[in-house]
Amino acid sequence: MTTPTPRRSTPTPPLDAEIGRPRAWSDRDVEQVVGRLLQAGVVLASIVVVLGGTLLLARHGAEVTAFSVFRGGSSHLRSVSATIVGAAHGDPGAIVQLGLVLLIATPVARVALTLAAFVAQRDRLYVAMTALVLALLLLGLFS
Amino acid sequence: MTLALFALLVASGSFGAGLLGAMTGLGGGIVVVPMLTILFHVDIRYAIGASLVSVIATSSGAAAAYVREGYTNVRIGIFLEVATTIGALVGAALAHVVPTQALAILFGVVLLYTAYRSLRGDSPTAAVPPPDPLGEKLRLNGSYPEAPGRVPYVVHRVRLGWGVMLFAGMLSALLGIGSGVVKVLAMDRAMRLPFKVSTTTSNFMIGVTAAASAGVYLHRGYIDPSIAFPVMLGVLAGAVLGARVLAGADVVWLRRIFTAVVCVLAVEMLYKGLTGGI
Repeated sequence: MTTPTPRRSTPTPPLDAEIGRPRAWSDRDVEQVVGRLLQAGVVLASIVVVLGGTLLLARHGAEVTAFSVFRGGSSHLRSVSATIVGAAHGDPGAIVQLGLVLLIATPVARVALTLAAFVAQRDRLYVAMTALVLALLLLGLFS
Repeated sequence: MTLALFALLVASGSFGAGLLGAMTGLGGGIVVVPMLTILFHVDIRYAIGASLVSVIATSSGAAAAYVREGYTNVRIGIFLEVATTIGALVGAALAHVVPTQALAILFGVVLLYTAYRSLRGDSPTAAVPPPDPLGEKLRLNGSYPEAPGRVPYVVHRVRLGWGVMLFAGMLSALLGIGSGVVKVLAMDRAMRLPFKVSTTTSNFMIGVTAAASAGVYLHRGYIDPSIAFPVMLGVLAGAVLGARVLAGADVVWLRRIFTAVVCVLAVEMLYKGLTGGI
């Protein structure tokens, strides 16, 4: 696939090697972990959505659609806690919605993981930037 | 139309949206919204909710591959996300003050001009500005895979790029558009990054921008599972395929496709601005 040479070799403090502490994360390590997290989030969300979608089609597949009228969605699909309760009771729509919530949570988890990686790298400037992005993101999600 | 047929058709269309969105860094919304509203007569609010889902699916689905292959520049992504998130908050606060119709027309004209410039063959390699020392300080410079090895690149005009991204965040809050277009343009035209780095880094960032407003749309009931599930699965499959195809894709063709999408968006903005549909 690609050459294993690091893209931007992080200057590893030699002190770390001398006292036997684990080496600081390189940017390449961060890329691998962030990529894996995104993949895991997407796969998990897809499994749940496929499950819910199959049930939805099995139960309502032959019904005629009427999406030209906005009904605002059922209340049990409009909050995360109600969605979880609905999914636990096997409601197909709620299972799909749970998968969508997992999908929405994936980029948020990605920012949080990047923050952790910059903390591990002791890169103060990027810790500050990522923390600001995460804070604004959570503000937008929960306000 | 029965739900089963609807799901099948929407999933097929969404596949194309994901493919296009992942390869151009624009997300799938540009295809998903008109497809749902015009072809399937879905209410615009459900379409917006589904579009948001499609952007996150495209972003995360393709980024999983792009980040690990080393196309995406994570530092540039974070650095510019600061600008877009602040811009989005400022835009939301200004929503009652700014004349959005005039803004849509202005934005449409700017997009058309940009498309004209790139069609005229104004290659970004011509008259390259000097590398920005700020790029070195912020460790934004990098390299990306291009057979047979990796090609190094330096960042230009970091401040201008950041400023454009601030504007991109405001625009997406004010005009309700995915800011993928402005993101790619900021990195490609202002910061002079390689095209594939610009599109994949934009793709990496749009998921975060979309997730920021997802909570609001969920609470308002815009996200309907029966519509969103075929959209998500179709888009995701398209995005995963797009990410595989990108490595071998010809940049000249990617640029042409990107420019075509920019033109469509420009016309859409002008139409909305002139008819007051925004």
